[in-house]
Amino acid sequence: MTQEEIIRPENKVYSRPDLLCDVHTHYCPGCSHGVVHKIIAQVLDEMGVADRTIGIAPVGCAVFAYNYIDVDWIEAAHGRAPALATAANRLNPGRLVFTYQGDGDLSAIGTAETIHACNRGENIAIIFINNAIYGMTGGQMAPTTLLGMKTATTPYGRRADLNGYPLAITPLLAQLDGTCYVTRQAVHTPAAVNKAKRAIRKAFENALAGKGTSVVEVVATCNSGWKMTPAQSNQWMAEHMFEKYPLGDLKDVESKTK
Amino acid sequence: MAKVYGAVTIDTNRCKGCDLCVVSCPADVLLLQPQEVNDRGYHYAYAANPEKCIGCAACATVCPDACIEVYRVVEK
Repeated sequence: MTQEEIIRPENKVYSRPDLLCDVHTHYCPGCSHGVVHKIIAQVLDEMGVADRTIGIAPVGCAVFAYNYIDVDWIEAAHGRAPALATAANRLNPGRLVFTYQGDGDLSAIGTAETIHACNRGENIAIIFINNAIYGMTGGQMAPTTLLGMKTATTPYGRRADLNGYPLAITPLLAQLDGTCYVTRQAVHTPAAVNKAKRAIRKAFENALAGKGTSVVEVVATCNSGWKMTPAQSNQWMAEHMFEKYPLGDLKDVESKTK
Repeated sequence: MAKVYGAVTIDTNRCKGCDLCVVSCPADVLLLQPQEVNDRGYHYAYAANPEKCIGCAACATVCPDACIEVYRVVEK
């Protein structure tokens, strides 16, 4: 069978999601943000809710998310995405409101907004990209940076006595009564990407059904900040990050009631 | 036994040459261009061994720039 016989519209099994805008992203080659953008676009396409979706973009590398996914977006001040999502959701009932935040945005400057939005049980979905570094500003230490990890501001590795311990914020959020679904995923292999996609779909469905706050943490790579190739950083993430940030569901209210 | 034929098309100008598709491919179909670059200066991915493709879409799934589209035919 020749290539021309295979490459026909009826044989297509994987295509670029329609919701992704026809632009080049500003992300570095191999950045996990691109994969997460793509699966969000796929999920919104599949659910058919793109016309009533409001995304809240963060400050950080994903600040231009509004240029890449063709839904309505609001750009929040640094860390304030869950507060803005609260307003957007309460003023527009029936809309799917989700925030897309990095670890500097959600677990550093936005800790208060995040914890209180989750504690109030706002019907929003929070996508949390945890790459353990401040990627946009040049690879400084983030609260989530692992002990011993070299960054621009910890050139000899993070030390607990000087810099404190890495912050795993999703287990904190899982303790709150307002959250209905808290999970930690990754996008380093095809299987992990598909799992993360299912988790994001579930979070969006929970938000639409008014079940409470859903948090999907995606353990991600920042190959530029980590000073590795994309393939190396995926491997490094699997070897080091998953120890501190193990994958899996931390809380699923629905499965308990079944 | 059913034989599976696959094929990939790559939007070479969108490709950033991150190598993730090459690593994820179970059939060793893809490679990065050793010499050629695209408009933005990246060594883009291409199907070096197109006849080996099984259309599993692993490359497209991990592609951060969504530049790979996958076709599959199952011949019974």
